[in-house]
Parts: sequence; structure tokens; C-alpha cells
Amino acid sequence: MGADPQGVLTGVHFLDGDHACCEGAIAAGCRAAFGYPITPSTEIVERIALRLPLVGGVFVQMEDEIASSIAIQGAAWGGKKVITVTSGPGMSLMMEHVGLAAMTETPCVFVNVQRGGPSTGLPTLPAQGDMMQARWGSHGDYEIIAISPNSPQECFDLTVHAFNLSERYRVPVLIMMDESVGHMTERVTIPHAEQIEVESRRLPEGPKEEYLPFAPGENLVPPMAPVGEGYRFHVTGLTHNEKGYPVMSPDVQDHLVRRLLDKIRLNAEDIAMVEEDQIQDADVVLVAYGITSRVVLRTLHLAREKGLKVGVFRPVVVWPFPEKRLRELAERVKAFVVVELNYGQVVLEVERIVGGRVPTVLVPHGGGALHNPEDILRVVEEAW
Amino acid sequence: MEGMNVFAARLFPKDNRFVSGHRACQGCAEVLAVRLIHQILGRNTMVASATGCMEIISSSYPDTAWSIPWIHVAFENAAAVASGIEAGLQILMKKGRMPKRKINVVGMAGDGGTADIGIQALSGALERGHDMIYICYDNEAYMNTGVQRSSSTPYGASTTTSPAGKISIGQQTWKKNVTMIAAAHNIPYVATASPSYPFDLAEKVRKAAKVKGPAYLHVYSACPTGWRLDPKLAITIGRLAVQTGAFPLYEIENGKLKISVKTPKLRPLQDYTKPQGRFRHLDDATIAEIEKRLFEEYQKLERREGLIF
Repeated sequence: MGADPQGVLTGVHFLDGDHACCEGAIAAGCRAAFGYPITPSTEIVERIALRLPLVGGVFVQMEDEIASSIAIQGAAWGGKKVITVTSGPGMSLMMEHVGLAAMTETPCVFVNVQRGGPSTGLPTLPAQGDMMQARWGSHGDYEIIAISPNSPQECFDLTVHAFNLSERYRVPVLIMMDESVGHMTERVTIPHAEQIEVESRRLPEGPKEEYLPFAPGENLVPPMAPVGEGYRFHVTGLTHNEKGYPVMSPDVQDHLVRRLLDKIRLNAEDIAMVEEDQIQDADVVLVAYGITSRVVLRTLHLAREKGLKVGVFRPVVVWPFPEKRLRELAERVKAFVVVELNYGQVVLEVERIVGGRVPTVLVPHGGGALHNPEDILRVVEEAW
Repeated sequence: MEGMNVFAARLFPKDNRFVSGHRACQGCAEVLAVRLIHQILGRNTMVASATGCMEIISSSYPDTAWSIPWIHVAFENAAAVASGIEAGLQILMKKGRMPKRKINVVGMAGDGGTADIGIQALSGALERGHDMIYICYDNEAYMNTGVQRSSSTPYGASTTTSPAGKISIGQQTWKKNVTMIAAAHNIPYVATASPSYPFDLAEKVRKAAKVKGPAYLHVYSACPTGWRLDPKLAITIGRLAVQTGAFPLYEIENGKLKISVKTPKLRPLQDYTKPQGRFRHLDDATIAEIEKRLFEEYQKLERREGLIF
């Protein structure tokens, strides 16, 4: 289905990643946003505050991130597509509600424009230190989807995609930007509304009185009814049965939580999104995501000039990790070099999947700046 | 009107604990308020600061402006950190690990860090009755991140997240009255103050330091950058805020309210809104509506004056 033309600013623009993300949300049909100012994500909120009311939407600045992250879920149950945006310290406050959204299967989009951490850290400088928080930050077992754009154009495209995934799987989707991508200004082409693929919420069919809001449907995902249309249901963070009512039993816990995990794990190949460069004949593969996946392109170029057979593997969707493809590569390459703006997070997942078949080397960086491509090249040369 | 107070220019302490070299904008009245307050509080003071302009402009190396113990933790918890410091000092003194003496424990935050994200920590600290001073520096928006509305932003003001335009007049809610919320905790001292009235401010800080238990100061802090105001008018605007009723100065000492700077006849609000870009879009009818509300609020204060509540 195409996008609602009212929200789509079709044309060629010169936008930063933050603003492009806002346009992506509006194009995807987001009409309710709640937020709180925090560097380096404030520009998204500012543009949403300006733009949403003009397309019949609502933006509310809340009193903190805790409130923002739960207000979006109220609006989602009211039938809206919703977004909230923040950065590391705010994400820490939102974490309880990421877990709630996973438990109540509320479609919603969180944007984390990552900055250096921990704590207040480097408010105005980039990092990729929140990748494991995105995956595991809330308590209990759950799965989310995390997407990592590397350009303003992708901030638009992947924000639309994030909303689609969130509706398809009834799951919180985290857009893991970083300060560099958020504040980088580039050409952004916004297509015609009918060319933008937008998925809408899958509504229940059949008699209203028989509706089970948490019974597995297509892909294990239950259809979702908006409140106020005559469907009777109950939404709770407690362990609940298919009707939505709390039941404290190991059986119901297993039935529910296993499905919450499986709807993502068993559909991981549908969710996976990978970008590869010169991988066909590569001996050493650079693994990078987000802004770092652009830095390693320079390393790739330098290595190829030297005659080194290097390729790039970029998980665009980082969680769930594109496990199948990486496992295939592990059968034939000589080494993986993981480049990330932290001291080793996604590398742990790569190591797990590679399983010791070939060496996996980390090129860490604490954040505050980007890697030097020549430093990465030195690690690549040593990996031979 | 300042004659009522004991302070005069020659009595102002010269010992300055918030020194020059910080990065505040030209005409920042908040930084002036911070300096005046710490001239009164002196060196036996510890400060817990929330995230905000004052953290950024005063703490970064090599521009550190503090010559007393100062800590920044996060955005929502200045009052909780100050509570912890106060409790820690009490224990150390009780155990004889440090000499018993009066130490001013200060929690400071902006209006966002007080009225929005920090109000839970503030209420907790006031309720528990820690012997501390909490100071809210109110510049009526999130200035550190670039002028977003807070619940302390006045009605009608245009900010980046309450932009004025075709379908909105800007901020659509009335300024949250955090001073009265603090007073509702029945703490010994609550006051509003302004660096445009330095002697009144100094007297209030002195009282806040003297009382046993929590004291709350709500300090008007003109922000020329965020308000789109000529920096040279930062002090004038503070006086106009009092004279128009936009920010009345009063104190509640042991439950008894006293208006500190009396304004028998409020000035027209236009005098206050005109120099500020954030109000430039307002039409006469809206200004009249705000004026009426401010007048009613001021009358309420006058009616409560002298009453114990």
C-alpha cells in the first residue's frame, strides 16, 4: 500500500539525518509523537513539533522520557502509528517501557541517536555503545528489532521500514542512529507517496465477541484491534493468556514468552537486511553497521589498491542479527574484522555465529570521533 | 522597596565562589543569579547540579567556574543527590569523622530539571525534610538543548517544540506554579527571587540558608538567547516581570506569605512582552487574556498575604 500523500514531501531535499528521520515517520503514517529534548536527537522532535500538526497529527512534549515512552503506547492502542526519539540517557529511562511494549505487543518506534556514554558521556559526539542495551536493556526475555541507518537517505527509508516491521510483528522497533548520521546533511530523495511501501495494522476479522487479542495469527502475530470499536480486551504487563487477562502460571508464561521470542526468531530471515560490498572473492570481511559501515568503505578501497581481497558485510537490521548469511560466509572466508564505535558489543554476536571456525578480530573505538580507515587497514593486514 | 531588606551594596560579601571564565551567553541573568547566591552562601557550601546550561557553561575544563565542591549527576535527580550529600554529612558529623559545622547543601536545576523531569526527586527531598536548599533557575524553557518548551514556559511563548504559526499561538499551557507545589510540602522557607532585585535575592538566600530543613528558591533567570531579547535588557526585563505580575516576588516563611516587592498597580503586559521575540506573534486579544490571568494570580497572592497556610 502506498503512503498517505498528505504527509509526503516528495522531492529532492538537503536534510540532516534527524530531519530525514522525521520525514520518514510522517511518510510512514505516524500521526502521534511524544518526546523530550535531548542532544543529539532534539532536531527530530523540533521538526515533528512543527510538521505533525500540519498533517493532522499530534506532538506532545512530555515531562521526561519515561512519560514519552509510555504515552506512545497509549496512542498506539488508540490506533495510531507512533514514535518517540531520544539518546542514550533517555533510552536508559525508556527501557522499562521497551519491555512493556514487547510484552503487550504494541507496535511502536523508538529512535536512539547514540552519543558517547556511559551516563551523560559525550552529548554532542557519536558512539555505538547502546547496541547491547537495545537488545537486552529491559528485564526478562524478549526480542526487538533494531535498525542502523548510515545516511540521511537511509534515515528516511529505514524509518518507513521500521514502522512497517513494527506493524507486521507488533513489536517495538529501535532505530539506532548515531550523532554523525543524525547531524550529517546530505541529499535525501523522497519518492511519490504511491511509491512508498507502507504497511498498515492488521485488524481482526470475525465476530467481535470471539476476538482474542493475544492469540497467534499469521507469523505468530495476533491481529490488533484499536480501542473503542467494540472489541473486548485487556492489556497488561503481567503474564497474560490469549484473552489478555493475567494468569500466573508457568504454562501460560511459557506459551506467551516463547511466542514473543519465536515471532522474531523464526521470522529472522524475513526481517534480515544485509548490504555487502566486494564479498564474492573476499578473504577478510569487514563487519560494520551504521556510520562505521561508511568508514570501512575507505578501508576496503585502500586494501583493494594494495591487492588485498577484502569485502564488507553490513547488517542493516542489527537485531535480530542476520545469522544465516554470516554463517555461510564463515565457511569460506579467512577472517572477520568487526569495526564498531564501542569496546566490543556486536562482535560478541559475530563470534558466537562464527563459532571459532575463523578468527574474529575487533577494532574498538570509545566514541567521540570515527575510526581512522588506515588504522582499520593495519588490523586487516595483521589478520592475514 | 529594597529598604525593607537588610542588604545593601556595601554589605554584599566580596568572597566570590562562582568565578569568571565560564561560557555563559552575553546577558545571561541565570549566571548572575548563581554568582550572587554563592556570594551569600560562601565557601561552606556543596552544590549538586542537574544537567542544563549551568552544568555545561560552568564545569567544563579549563573553564571551570566553581571554587566549592560541586557535583553533576544526571538530569532528573539534583534533589536526590543533594539529599544523599546531606544525609552523608549528618552521619559523618554524628560519628565524629568530621567537625560539626553548618554546611549549605544546595541542589540546583533549571526549570526543566525542576518542574518536569526532576519534580519527583524534588518532592521526595522536601517531604523527607533534608536540611538543604533547592534552587530552581527558571529561564522558562530547555535552553541547553536549544529552546524547547517546559511546563514552566509561559502561555503564548514560541519555542522550538511549541512553535507559533498558523495553527498554534505557541505554548498552550499556563506556567506551572512549582513554588506553590514546594510550599504545599509545608517546608520552612519558600521564595521566589530575581537577580534584577539583588538585595531581595540576597536576603532570601540568607534566610534559606538559616532555616533548619528544606528551603526552596525559585529564581527568575532571563535568557536573552532563548527569549530573543537584547542582552542589555536582561536586568530590565526581570524588573518588568515583577512590575507586570509575570513573575511576582514573594516568600512563604513558616507558612506565612509575604509579597516582597509590592506592585499596587501592575504595569501593562505589553511592556514586558514587546522586547521579547518569543512573544512577538501575540495579538492584543491574547495579551489581554494573559494580562487578566496574571492580574487574577496577583490578586490571589495579595489575598493570601499574611495568612498562615
